[in-house]
Amino acid sequence: MVSLNHYLVLSAILFAIGTAGVFLRRNMITVLLSIEIMLNAANLMFVAFGRHFGAVDGQIIVFFVVTVAAAEAAVGLAIVIALFRLRESLDPDVFTSLKW
Amino acid sequence: MTVLAQLGLVLAVFVMLLLASAAMVYAERKVAALIQQREGPNRVGPKGLLQPFADVIKLMFKEELRPGGADAVLFLLAPVISATAAFAAFAVVPFGAETTFFGLLAEPLKLQVADVNVAVLVVFAITSMSVYGIVLAGWSSNSKYSLLGGLRSASQMISYELPYGLALASVLVLANSLSLTTIVDAQAGYWFGFIPKWFVFLQPFGFLIFMIAGIAETNRAPFDFPEAEQELVAGYHTEYSSMAFAMFFLAEYINMVTVSAVATDLFLGGWHGPFLPASLGWIWFLIKTSALLFFYIWMRWTLPRYRYDQLMQFGWKLLLPLAVLNLLVTAAGVMFLGV
Amino acid sequence: MGFELPLFYVFAAVTVVASMLVIGQRSPVYSVMLLIASFAALAGLYVLLDAPFVAVIQIIIYAGAILVLFLFVVMLLNAPKERGGRRPRLAAGPRRLGAALGVVFAVELVWAIWRVASLREPVEAAVVLPAEAIEPVRWIGQVLYTDYAFAFEVTSLLILVAMVGAVVLAKKHVQ
Repeated sequence: MVSLNHYLVLSAILFAIGTAGVFLRRNMITVLLSIEIMLNAANLMFVAFGRHFGAVDGQIIVFFVVTVAAAEAAVGLAIVIALFRLRESLDPDVFTSLKW
Repeated sequence: MTVLAQLGLVLAVFVMLLLASAAMVYAERKVAALIQQREGPNRVGPKGLLQPFADVIKLMFKEELRPGGADAVLFLLAPVISATAAFAAFAVVPFGAETTFFGLLAEPLKLQVADVNVAVLVVFAITSMSVYGIVLAGWSSNSKYSLLGGLRSASQMISYELPYGLALASVLVLANSLSLTTIVDAQAGYWFGFIPKWFVFLQPFGFLIFMIAGIAETNRAPFDFPEAEQELVAGYHTEYSSMAFAMFFLAEYINMVTVSAVATDLFLGGWHGPFLPASLGWIWFLIKTSALLFFYIWMRWTLPRYRYDQLMQFGWKLLLPLAVLNLLVTAAGVMFLGV
Repeated sequence: MGFELPLFYVFAAVTVVASMLVIGQRSPVYSVMLLIASFAALAGLYVLLDAPFVAVIQIIIYAGAILVLFLFVVMLLNAPKERGGRRPRLAAGPRRLGAALGVVFAVELVWAIWRVASLREPVEAAVVLPAEAIEPVRWIGQVLYTDYAFAFEVTSLLILVAMVGAVVLAKKHVQ
């Protein structure tokens, strides 16, 4: 029998993996991918709780989260492209000054 | 017992799709020949009917090449993704009413591998996965032509997914369900005794938009610029040979079959038709799907190819607004006329 | 049905392993493909949770559109790794510390969740599903367009703003 705990623990592990990715990687695209992992961990938790309480609101919130994640990925990648044009690098450590 | 019947059905669908693509290879060459006023394949077998098997055997014996700088894993993964997505999309498409195969089975078996109540969306989801096969093929070949072809083809497929989905949504508004079986059953019956209740009569523009978007989705002419032999040396599958090339073509033909099958289910009433009992409905399904496939081939050999920017403009500036308008009109019609 | 637990473990294992590989890959293209695998497994988990609509949305939007966008950007930027030279990464010491802290974080979260006894009930148990749950999509539609109508409209505005912003930010400025 799959308990709510199973899903929450899985969600926590995924969130931790995503966080580690954000802090450890030096490639801006991989950082954005790690953010997507974190968002998915949150989605899983929403759906699990929604199922647990018999409400559809969990699924609806996930619907909104996915939409917002799409918008955020689009804008984030546009920024990455603009930055790449400036310095030819995807390393966040290269962009250390506010003036160029 | 039903597990066995179900597995048999899966096998039957798989073999059916393979035979369908073989038939498509032959049909394409024969129809193209007739349109161009020549004869087409007529050497191998009676009337050239064994031509697809000859093609397959030729492809199997070709040398399997891989460019030096190509990324080995992705180079081999790309055709696998294309072919898998093509086959998997057919898993939720029903092609006949429940049947007991003339009393062989104890209980009626649905002619659909999996009857999910979100079947329409599943088809959409799996066909949107086939974009990856093309993009990865283009990139991993480590060649300019392939990369450009792959990216262009992928943008085209994604752009045309929007009118495709909106035309689909218009049918959903009419049928009130996402399950393909329910949508087909909503088209049973006749108005005034002789006009079948197919959605194509309620949604002519929706049908046109769906077919056009479907042709663009499957990268067929007149939207096949990414494969344009003259411009890009065959685009994303330039560097492929032998079985991997065969997989791409298999995937393309099966995608065509899936789009035609889904269009038949959504707009042309699926397996409903006069003169045949319900258990033989799959014959009507076959006829309708074949008609749509003939339409596909006809389009390819009649119309000139769109240039890439014309193609994208057509998709975004003409087809998408039309699809939105179609959805609005349909929704208004359902609300106020109670169709 | 007896196969839910093993199926859960299979999907969960795929998700976790794929995610860990995502953050460890050298090439961003491999990261994106592994993330697709992870999302596909997550979609399977959503189906287990009686949310087929969310599962399909996950595949269509996340795996089928957002990650294609990522893949496009990776391919067009043609990540500096191809130019030779070491790829930018943290020194070994900070990396190991970071990984260790990541593990600590995970353990902390799992412990915080495990302490709460009420969460150990089966997922399906708490409440009997209302009658609408038979057709999940219809139920979602009914609640989405009534209770969440405002959020729905605002989200569409958000997408418009994001579209315009992305185009403006990524445009090449021709002087």
